[in-house]
Amino acid sequence: MENEFVTLTIDGQEVKAKKGITILEAAKQVGIDIPTLCFLKGINEVGDCRMCIVEVEGRRGFATSCIQTVEEGMVVHTHTPNVLEARHVILDLIISNHSKDCLTCTRSGNCELQKLATKFNVLNVEFEGERTQHKIDELSPSIVRDFNKCILCRRCIAACKNVQKIGAIDCINRGFESCISTVGDHSLNDVNCTFCGQCIQSCPTGALHEKETIDDVWIKLKDPESYVIVQTAPAVRAALGEEFQMEIGTNVTGKMVTALKRLGFDKVFDTNTGADFTITEEANEFIERFSKGGTLPMITSCSPGWVKYIEMNYPELIPHLSTCKSPHEMFGAILKSYYAEKEGIDPRKIYVVSVMPCIAKKFERQREEMKNSGIYNVDNVITTRELARMIKQANIEFTKLEDTNFDSPMGEATGAGAIFGTTGGVMEAALRTAQDTLTGKDLEKIDFEQVRGGEGIKKATVNIAGNEIKVVAASGLANAQKIMEEIKSGKADYQFVEIMACPGGCVMGGGQPIRSSKERAEKDIRKLRADCLYSIDEKSTIRKSHENPIIKKIYKDYLEKPGSHKAHELLHTEYEKREKYNI
Amino acid sequence: MKTLQEIEEIRKTKRKELDLRINTSSDTREKHILICHGTGCTSSKSPEILKRFREIIKEKNIENVRVIQTGCFGLCAKGPIVIIRPEDTFYANCKVEDCEEIIEKHIQKGEIVERLLCKDIDGKKVQKLDELSFYKKQKRIALKNCGVINPEEIDEYIAFDGYKALEKVLTQMSPEDVIDVITKSGLRGRGGAGFPTGKKWELTKESKGDQKYVVCNADEGDPGAFMDRSILEGDPHSVLEAMAIAAYTIGATKGFIYVRAEYPIAVHRFQVAIDQAREYGILGKNIFGTNFDFDVDIRLGAGAFVCGEETALLESIEGKRGQPRVKPPYPAQCGLWGKPTLINNVETYANIAQIILKGAEWYSSIGTEKSKGTKVFALGGNVNNIGLVEVPMGTTLREIVYDIGGGIPNGREFKAAQTGGPSGGCIPKEHLDTPIDYESLKQIGSMMGSGGLIVMDDTKCMVCLAKFYLEFTVSESCGKCTPCRIGTKRMLEILTKLCEGEGTELDIYKLEKLAANIQKASICGLGQSAPNPVISTLKYFREEFREHAIQKECRALECKAMSNITINEELCKGCGLCQRNCPVSAIEGESREKRVINQEKCIKCGTCLTSCPFKAIGN
Repeated sequence: MENEFVTLTIDGQEVKAKKGITILEAAKQVGIDIPTLCFLKGINEVGDCRMCIVEVEGRRGFATSCIQTVEEGMVVHTHTPNVLEARHVILDLIISNHSKDCLTCTRSGNCELQKLATKFNVLNVEFEGERTQHKIDELSPSIVRDFNKCILCRRCIAACKNVQKIGAIDCINRGFESCISTVGDHSLNDVNCTFCGQCIQSCPTGALHEKETIDDVWIKLKDPESYVIVQTAPAVRAALGEEFQMEIGTNVTGKMVTALKRLGFDKVFDTNTGADFTITEEANEFIERFSKGGTLPMITSCSPGWVKYIEMNYPELIPHLSTCKSPHEMFGAILKSYYAEKEGIDPRKIYVVSVMPCIAKKFERQREEMKNSGIYNVDNVITTRELARMIKQANIEFTKLEDTNFDSPMGEATGAGAIFGTTGGVMEAALRTAQDTLTGKDLEKIDFEQVRGGEGIKKATVNIAGNEIKVVAASGLANAQKIMEEIKSGKADYQFVEIMACPGGCVMGGGQPIRSSKERAEKDIRKLRADCLYSIDEKSTIRKSHENPIIKKIYKDYLEKPGSHKAHELLHTEYEKREKYNI
Repeated sequence: MKTLQEIEEIRKTKRKELDLRINTSSDTREKHILICHGTGCTSSKSPEILKRFREIIKEKNIENVRVIQTGCFGLCAKGPIVIIRPEDTFYANCKVEDCEEIIEKHIQKGEIVERLLCKDIDGKKVQKLDELSFYKKQKRIALKNCGVINPEEIDEYIAFDGYKALEKVLTQMSPEDVIDVITKSGLRGRGGAGFPTGKKWELTKESKGDQKYVVCNADEGDPGAFMDRSILEGDPHSVLEAMAIAAYTIGATKGFIYVRAEYPIAVHRFQVAIDQAREYGILGKNIFGTNFDFDVDIRLGAGAFVCGEETALLESIEGKRGQPRVKPPYPAQCGLWGKPTLINNVETYANIAQIILKGAEWYSSIGTEKSKGTKVFALGGNVNNIGLVEVPMGTTLREIVYDIGGGIPNGREFKAAQTGGPSGGCIPKEHLDTPIDYESLKQIGSMMGSGGLIVMDDTKCMVCLAKFYLEFTVSESCGKCTPCRIGTKRMLEILTKLCEGEGTELDIYKLEKLAANIQKASICGLGQSAPNPVISTLKYFREEFREHAIQKECRALECKAMSNITINEELCKGCGLCQRNCPVSAIEGESREKRVINQEKCIKCGTCLTSCPFKAIGN
């Protein structure tokens, strides 16, 4: 079937199209753009919004071009007066039930509905009428749901239910009263949501967005009493440029650091350094478990959406979870202990801001487990998007900035830390450290290609110091579920598992720049961003976490050794069963 | 388990025993008292009547009399209905208290209880069911056993050739033969769209799949329609038998009937039918000793109208939210759980067994050129004989309304009839002589639909009618696609404006624009047909819309907001009745003087209109 072709006519052009592709795709082949709204390639192909309707000769009514496949001899018209009028009416109807407060909307300028309205020249709404009124759900620390802006495209449902297999949200009520909600119409905060944020990534409008906390950052930046430290996650640098119209996958580390310094942060550090701590601790934990018969497979715990998922869905498997805190939390703990001591700053005056590609980190930050000596390791988490907004608010011309380096000494990181931001990266970084530790050598073979790439589940067998170690890297919670079922049923024969809640890992996190449905269909965004991180790794002089000089120094001066009592106190934690529904 | 011989044996003995049910000249000494146990009669206490009859018979030790529950006789307005056979005496509006008299007079003395006889249109009392004009023009195929057999007794079904068609199909016919007969019969889907049944079976048969399904759509949802319910209540085995025949034909082994939970009697009887068929080995493995396996399960619908749309129905059976899928692919290719699935409506199935037994020629000799057989209608609204009627295709609307339905009550004028429920359209007076068939109805802007037929007299405002159906659609829209979800709501808002006297001519234009686009752009049949009531009322009664929009008048006086009620000075005799009845004291005038309505106070409730003995009040 793959090599079979059909010939059809679209707007008078003859098109040779692969059998099985949609009319929408075939039209794109010859440069005909059919508008869509609910369509999200591979995720939501349901034909609900009706924007993509076209006329097919001999067929009653319109055809749904995003679903219906090409047929031999088909004659398609994509913009007859009838089609255009119908699309206009549909768009008008959607807008008639939308809040239309574009001026104060977080998605203004990056809203698929707004773009269509511009394209269709909607200057007044013909079919104004009653609007559905919804209360804004902003109870959760991560996600705000404003259904006054929802157009019921259901892309979020598909992301949650089909991609992540969570099903925290679905359509409730009927007809005009339909809306997307949770079990019993409760807040997202009280149901089985993991705060992965894939729904936000799928939303074409401003109906779903992160709980913005940049105002708190501004306040702290203005406060002379506060010592404001910012740290940035690896995936942020691979995507921040997109918010300033730069190519996807542009490495903007230097510009980002300069911007952060201009914004007034006292110190600009790199979470990659935190990642190096995590690797060192996690590799050590793995070796301990592996050599002493501890609970295996060991599963990574740096993705907070994933951690919430296992707490809610597989509490019996929590002993498999590494006790390591995630990189930015470890880093926060070090900053408020070792660094504070060394610099003579009252840790209570240190305000740690983490710039993350993730919205679950906002939830993680306020977990009781993430405290030492009664203070939170991290005080504020903002997303890549929020950082971009801060830069824009400060009138900084990002693309024109010169590159600068992270501040010393906590800005030194390895290539291993950088690849944390993509699926398979944590695994690869940990294996680099584990093999050196187990062999006692500085091995040269450090690329583990088997765990790279975009597949949801990547299994590999690696030989480390004569030990066959089976590893799995899974991204996306649907894949995580498969692995958990394997472990539960005893079918799992691997020893080390990396799990990232978001499909593709942090580069595709819920806090990253939002790309339109069209771009998602045309480009492999994950790969472009991941390649950026791999290239950072490749160019790094130090590519093994345990060889990071600052890590070595802190272990020597402060933590003693990986897995020490002090390290446990600061860098490890414990997780426990969490109720899915708090209702 | 019963062998074919055993079933044949049951058929013979039972048929003999039940001959008096259909043969008025039967010389038996037995009498059967048949009591309708359809939903209508059941709610007016027919089960208590049955119980009372049995008590009396026991008390009086009467022999040779049996009391039997049956399905619907059709003339629901006259229920509870009691029929005594073989003489076919028809007693209407029976009460528990009447039982004794019927037994004593009719059964024991052989006298007719005159007072319980039914009056025909001409006012004369009629003794026999067949003599009622209501039944004269009817032809019962789908309803053949309704009112004849006890639907909860498989033997009674078998007695009247039940399961004989299945036997014939399994032992003598190939699937191709069956498709050939069904195709030649000209049977078309009775769910509303009229797709040729034989074609549908053929398409599903041709589809490749390791598993196929047969589904019966019993999610009857049109307001006022109860055809399918009555068939399931009166003759469930006929549907079951047809599903088995369909399964054999297309290669399915599993069937589902999707029926509304609001039809408890139908659900119960169908379950009884399934249980009995399983007991006899008519469902299960190796049916009739062949290698054909088939079983059926019931799936209850929660009452969403959209679940009558075939793909939404499939979603619902799968346990999902009842929302339609985009077609193509059609269920014949990709249905339940992605497998080829045949979906037919109850009434369609109810015709199958008889087509198999009596042949395609017999069936195709009934009806019109393109619409064969009969159609069951639920006749309601402003018509004298409300009930269930089955007529040959091609019968005119006039025949149904006047000859069968007995015309319009209270001497009012026929204004329009709505067929096809919220998906259909209205048929005005000038089209009363349209033959009822798929094409003719479509041509005049309505549709066959599943069989709802609501008659309206001249007190009905057509803008209100359109609004009524849009209200229904808006509340029944699943909300999946934009045109239906928001578009129908906007249409309803405009219609409401018109009815409240706040509309303009521009609104009529907007209404038409919305209607045209919703029709074309919605995903499913519900959305695509939702504007039909507006389009058809606009087509035939545009003047009324314009009166609402421009003059702010409602000629039917139904739109209270605009109807200025006035008293005609010439006709008013000054009796003051209106004044006494007015709930808001809006009518002024001294005793014996002509009265005047104070428009400021008037709430347009219409009480004065009905209270005036001189018809002096109007607008």
